[in-house]
Amino acid sequence: MQFTEEHDLFRRTVRDFVEREINPYADEWERQGIFPAHELFPKLGALGVLGLEYDPAYGGQGADHLYTVIYGEEMGRCTTGGVAMAVSVQTDMATPALARFGSHELKERYLAPAIRGDMVAAIAVTEPDAGSDVAGLRTRAVRDGDEWVINGTKLYITNGTQADWLCLLARTSDEGGYRGMSQIVVPTDTPGFAVSRKLDKLGQRSSDTAELSFVDMRVPVANTIGEIGQGFQQQMAQFQNERLIASYMATGQMVVAIERTIDYLKQRQAFGRPLLDNQYLAFSMAEVLAEVELLRHYNYACADAIVSGADPITVTKMASIAKLKAGRLNRVVADTCIQFHGGIGYMEETWTARFFRDSRLLSIGGGTDEVMLRILTGLEGWGKL
Amino acid sequence: MNIVVCVKQIPDPAEPGALDPNTKTLKRDGKLILDESDSYGVEMALQLADAAGGGEVTLVSMAPNSETSGLRTALAMGAAKSVLVSDPALSGTDALGTAKILAAAIKRVEGADLILTATESSDGYTGTVPEQIAELLGLPSITFAKSIAIDGGTVKVQRQTEAGYDECEAPLPAVVSVTAGVVEPRYPSFKGIMAAKSKPVDEVDCAALGIDPGSVGWAGGGQEIVTVEAAPAREAGEVVEDDGTGFEKIVAFLDNLKVI
Ligand SMILES: Cc1cc2nc3c(=O)[nH]c(=O)nc-3n(C[C@H](O)[C@H](O)[C@H](O)COP(=O)(O)OP(=O)(O)OC[C@H]3O[C@@H](n4cnc5c(N)ncnc54)[C@H](O)[C@@H]3O)c2cc1C
Repeated sequence: MQFTEEHDLFRRTVRDFVEREINPYADEWERQGIFPAHELFPKLGALGVLGLEYDPAYGGQGADHLYTVIYGEEMGRCTTGGVAMAVSVQTDMATPALARFGSHELKERYLAPAIRGDMVAAIAVTEPDAGSDVAGLRTRAVRDGDEWVINGTKLYITNGTQADWLCLLARTSDEGGYRGMSQIVVPTDTPGFAVSRKLDKLGQRSSDTAELSFVDMRVPVANTIGEIGQGFQQQMAQFQNERLIASYMATGQMVVAIERTIDYLKQRQAFGRPLLDNQYLAFSMAEVLAEVELLRHYNYACADAIVSGADPITVTKMASIAKLKAGRLNRVVADTCIQFHGGIGYMEETWTARFFRDSRLLSIGGGTDEVMLRILTGLEGWGKL
Repeated sequence: MNIVVCVKQIPDPAEPGALDPNTKTLKRDGKLILDESDSYGVEMALQLADAAGGGEVTLVSMAPNSETSGLRTALAMGAAKSVLVSDPALSGTDALGTAKILAAAIKRVEGADLILTATESSDGYTGTVPEQIAELLGLPSITFAKSIAIDGGTVKVQRQTEAGYDECEAPLPAVVSVTAGVVEPRYPSFKGIMAAKSKPVDEVDCAALGIDPGSVGWAGGGQEIVTVEAAPAREAGEVVEDDGTGFEKIVAFLDNLKVI
């Protein structure tokens, strides 16, 4: 895989943007438990970041997937993980299905403004009684003429308090299980929509997470993304984008965490010498660096698979492996960084504390580690799960 | 409104720099980037061209090794084209030699109404090139601009000073150096980066500019760096133990330095 001069320039743009437009506000947004998506997203939209691989007909850039890798790695350098996550919800979690399966009218109305950053999007799949087991979801859309009448609850929805529209997964027939679900674009100004709670979290605190409730909410059937009844399958495809971007971002995050920890170990003295002169500490850091490098190159292999148009099974397998390993490794790296900082690493004033909290999410959100293992065992055809 | 902006491509300050032990100058064999202090001039030029309702921004740069990656950044920001003077003979060129080269390159750009530069580069810091260019071109020179406006055939500049600013005017064409930080340089967008790929870079050597290679580079240098000394290590500071009267000791210390 080859990065061109244009890829390098784009990397610099995203890096500078993160450094100047996001990181200086990280502490403030963490304290507030939210960041101003409607201010930040138009700036990212103007740079083309919110629609990299999308069709230029809707304001997208028509870029190759390597630009998504770069954008992910560089967003990982945000000193508040919540903002990176929220932006990636917009780009790779809430919009891919619309871009892939949506009608022209739906894309003009909702995808184009999301690419510009004028509209904030959220992905609404998880419910109080259905997380890992997506097939168990209960939110129901019942057809009444040209409209869906939607009732239900969604939980842990990123961007939930700020979103202008949701990519909602709901049950649209009584078939049960994986059948009879549809993806529907739901504008949040629809009567019957309510943010019932803004949730307080361990980490990712600059990102707003909400519980949403829908009571007799009426949305045009024309807002259905793709085919009625294909929602589960379309969402499974959309999950692959989500898992890949998560792995790209985690890699960027971990590279910075290792650099910052090495800087500290060089400067902190104990027993008459810099900490880094202890072979145990240096070797441990080299070990995590090696793991991150392996992940980075696995990410690149995933990107190659996407660029060369690999089949969905291959992509699913690779995205699941990347996400699983990224989640696990993020926890090891965050733990190592905090451990080698000693007491100051445990202090809220040190970046390690936030990183430790933020990094814990990756093994849960976007499908847990166990769900990734379940997918892999399923693909391998091992045992009865 | 056609504007020329002189830009320098320098080693990435984020990477640890090193001196060449033979020439005692900064090593420039790695990847070069657009000098951040030039990004303000580029932004200013783009804004002025916009305000004038048209015209082109042309970059002029000099680099020994055909390097263009810094130029691409400025082209991606929106400049239309660039002239790059590249010649092995340019290695080691001093400030006056640089000004000669840039002045000759600027003459290649037809119809330049205004020439912008930074006040100094971030890797050389001589801070003399803009005025030398103006002198060589026989043009008026205004330095340290914090804002620039065009009024007919006149450039009106607020010139930053320690106390505030001076209001200066000069007839066009003129050379104006732009103070770092006075505008917010735009980020190159994805579209800008793609467009920059096909923007022309007119690469020329000394011969094409009619400059004798012997008059620039190490050969033409009017000066030589004889030796480079490391800055003296900082001395240990004075620790004031606060026994309740610590503030008095600090006041006395500052008083002694005549800073209060
Ligand atoms: C900060 C945050 C943001 C989020 N953002 C969004 C969002 O924007 N949109 C959205 O739709 N969702 C979002 N989620 C929800 C997230 O995707 C779910 O929390 C996740 O999929 C797990 O579902 P659950 O919480 O119901 O856990 P459960 O499914 O109840 O799982 C509990 C535990 O059981 C394990 N488990 C479950 N089934 C099996 C099995 N068959 N075999 C072995 N182990 C199993 C799980 O791995 C886990 O360890 C977010 C979550 C968080 C915390």
